[in-house]
Order: sequence, then structure tokens, then C-alpha cells
Amino acid sequence: MNQEVIDTADTENKTDSMVIQISNLNISFGENHVLRNFSFELPEGQCYAVLGKSGSGKSVLIKCIIGLLKPDSGDIRVFNKSITNIKNEELDKIRLDTGFLFQSNALYDSMTVRENLEFPLRRHGLKVTKSEVDKLVKEVLEHVRLPDTENMMPAELSGGMKKRIALARTLILKPKIILYDEPTTGLDPITGKEISKLIVELQKKYNTSSIIISHDLNCIKLVADKIVMLIDGTCYAIGTLEELKKSDDVKIKPFFE
Amino acid sequence: MEPGKFKEALIETGNISRFTMRFFREMARPRFEFAEFLKQCFYVGYKSLGLVAITAFILGLVITIQSRPTLTEFGAEAWLPKMISVSLIREIAPVITALICAGKIGSGIGAELGSMKVTEQIDAMEVSGTNPYKYLVVTRVFATLLMVPILVVMADAISLYGSYLGCNIRGVVSWQLFWEQVFETLSFSDLIPALIKTFFFGFAIGIIGCYEGFNSKKGTEGVGLSANSAVVISSLLVFILDMIAVQITDLAGLT
Repeated sequence: MNQEVIDTADTENKTDSMVIQISNLNISFGENHVLRNFSFELPEGQCYAVLGKSGSGKSVLIKCIIGLLKPDSGDIRVFNKSITNIKNEELDKIRLDTGFLFQSNALYDSMTVRENLEFPLRRHGLKVTKSEVDKLVKEVLEHVRLPDTENMMPAELSGGMKKRIALARTLILKPKIILYDEPTTGLDPITGKEISKLIVELQKKYNTSSIIISHDLNCIKLVADKIVMLIDGTCYAIGTLEELKKSDDVKIKPFFE
Repeated sequence: MEPGKFKEALIETGNISRFTMRFFREMARPRFEFAEFLKQCFYVGYKSLGLVAITAFILGLVITIQSRPTLTEFGAEAWLPKMISVSLIREIAPVITALICAGKIGSGIGAELGSMKVTEQIDAMEVSGTNPYKYLVVTRVFATLLMVPILVVMADAISLYGSYLGCNIRGVVSWQLFWEQVFETLSFSDLIPALIKTFFFGFAIGIIGCYEGFNSKKGTEGVGLSANSAVVISSLLVFILDMIAVQITDLAGLT
């Protein structure tokens, strides 16, 4: 099966501007070729989920998009700008509009929730006054429904709360793209569903385009417009959940059984 | 040593050298992280002061008590303050303080950066527009570079006070006589080389702690390994640097 067979993107979507364009991406770790000529495009305002086996290179893919890993070959364009060979200063400008939610939340243990939220604002060198910072922190905490946690330390928070704070830290810069690395992993089904619903709500509120890495089909069902099947290091197929569920392909079928 | 282990050791040495070269490249470039540097100075210096002070005091006291019988045997008991002060200032206080710092600060940095690495906090910093090497490594190395010599100077003074008490346990040496003898014996050629080498000790402790933490692998198990390796390698480096410093001092005729 190839990508075209299942990719039934509407023709009007083709005209949408693409916020992420990946072409012929290759990356290896020693003898392990993780991504092989991986190509894919993310249209503006859409949320695509990347589904694949553990160790298939899903997290590697989004870490390449944010510039944390350098591909061996191929091109990644974010907002129509190639990020594979640019200076760190320029990459930081792109990162200002690209949020990343880490699988482990990556909250700074030694900082309070407020300091965690302020960190990206201060580090990106944005000229914001103290009152503006206060307003942004308050606003973003209200959006993730944790208004009274400003002075708490990450160690005092539950798994779901940590995820919400990590999401708040991602949203505080009001990014145009958000990359989610397994947002519901390690959470109980109820909290996982709450986080998925929150992601949907915030996607609409902030009008973001996003890529979500997940094994959780319930989360994908709620959040994603389309699913990208990452199999054998390639973009094997793209389609909606219903389309992929109907597939008879032996490599796709096991994911939905 | 097995050939495989030898090769591994060479690769590790190469990696540490590259990591150190990066420090010199990054330290000269803006932006300078003064707030983080001051915070690290507080953790490295102030928070280690108690441990260093207690150790230095006991060291001065014990060495004085242990040395007395031998000097008494030769009828040179009166030389006790002179001999102890030279030993403490030149060698014992700097090396022991550096070893304590390697244990406390080196392992702390290794474990802290190691856990930041395995929980993706270092990646999160990079995504937040921060150069993690500058923010985490350069500040910590500068803090150890500055604070270890200060701690050594304090350890020098406290260990001499311990030595004064040691002299008075089985004898009577007045406060004035003790310090007169100490300052009569000590010269800048004792103090300056001993102080200079502590900057190298501080640098080695900082850079090895950061290297081990920054390159931590294998999840939480790796954090423990990083802390452990940071202590082992930096302690070994303290001795190697001390040996080199002593040779240079000897060749320069400062012994």
C-alpha cells in the first residue's frame, strides 16, 4: 500500500498553506535507520496524529521538526523556511511559534509553576512588562483549569496536573504550531480523556496546527483530523481514522484491531 | 587493561576534551547568564562552607595531635606550628578541600544535570530559546572555578585554628606565638602556587560534573552512574593536577 491509496485529502485542502513540509527525511542512529525518505506535509489549522510501533521513530520525527535532532539528509520546512541548516538564532525565532509538549512534561524541578511558565517568555527575550507576564501566567493557568497553582513546585503536582502545566508552558508563547509527544501516556484513562478534551479545546482557542504522537486511539479519535502511519521509517499512509480502520493492509490493520 | 576498555577510556578522554573546548568557545559569546552564575555560586560556595569548615578544623586538629609525638622524639616540639602550617597551606587543605568539593559539588552537578537530561528538561530549555550549555555548564564551571579557591582559603584559616587548639591540648602555645611562628614560616611562595592550583581543581570538578550529567544515559540508572563517575573522575583529576602543580613548583624553585 502506498500513501496515495489512502490519502483522500480534499482537493480544497491541497490549496491550504502548509505550515510544515518534510521531504525525503533520513535519520539513523548507528546501524538503525529510523526514518527513510519520510515525506509529509501539515496544512495550516489541521491536527495530524502520527501512529506507529514503539521505536519506529515518531518522537525522533517531531524532535527533528523542532530542531533538537539533526537529520542525516532531507529537508524540513517550517512556515516555509528550511530549518535543517540554519543558525541557532534563526531556529529560536521559529521555536517562538512552535510549541513542544514533552512526553515526560519536562517541568523544571527547581522552579515553581510560575517560574516554569515565565521561563520561555524570559528566555526568548520578549519585551514584556511584569504586569503583562502576570496577566499571561494567570490567563494560561485559567485555560488549563489550574488557577491556584502558581506557587506550587512540580513535585507537589499529580501526573495530570503536571501535564496541564506543561501544556500551559507550551501555550504561553501563543504558538502557531504545537507538537505533542504522547500527551496521554502514563495517565489513567479518565485523566487521559480530560487532557485530550483540553487539547481539542485549546487548539480551537489558540487556532493552532499540530502534530500529535500517540498510541492512544481514544485520544487520536478526539484530537486528530488525520492519521499518519509511520511504518518502516516511511510515511506509509495518511487518512482519517475511519478510512484507516477500513484498510485491509496487513501493516495497518493490527493498529486498529 | 583490556584493549576494549583502553579504547573506551581514550574515547571518553576525547569526549571530555571536546566538551572542555566547547566551554572556552561558549564562555566568550553573549548572552552571559549572571543571575544563574550567582545562584550557582551560592549553591557551590555557601552551601559547602559548613562541610569544608568542619573537615578543615578536624584536619588541622588531628594532624597536629598526630605529629606531636614524632617531633617530641626529636626535641623539636616547638616547630609544630611551623611544620603543620606549611603542610596544611601547601598541600593538605587544598587537596582535601578539593576532594570534598569533588564529592559534594561534583556529584551534585552530575546528578542534577543527569536527571535534567533524562527527564528532557535540557531539551525543554533548548526549545525555550536557551543554550543549555551556556545556561547550565558555563555558569556551574565558573562557579566552581571561583568558589573552590575561596573555600580553600577558608579551609586554610580554619585548619590553622584547629592546629592551634591541637598544639594546646598537650602543651601551651599562646595565640600570639602560634600565629607569629606560622607567618614567620609561610611565604608567598607557599601560598600562591597552592592557591593557583585550586583554580584548576575547581575547573576540573565543574567540567567533569557537567560532562557526566550532560551525557547521562540509561534513564534513572544513568543519573546514579553520572554522579558516581563525576566523583571518581574529578577526584582522580585533583590528584593528577596536584602532581603536575607540585612538579612545576619544584622546577620553578618554589619548594
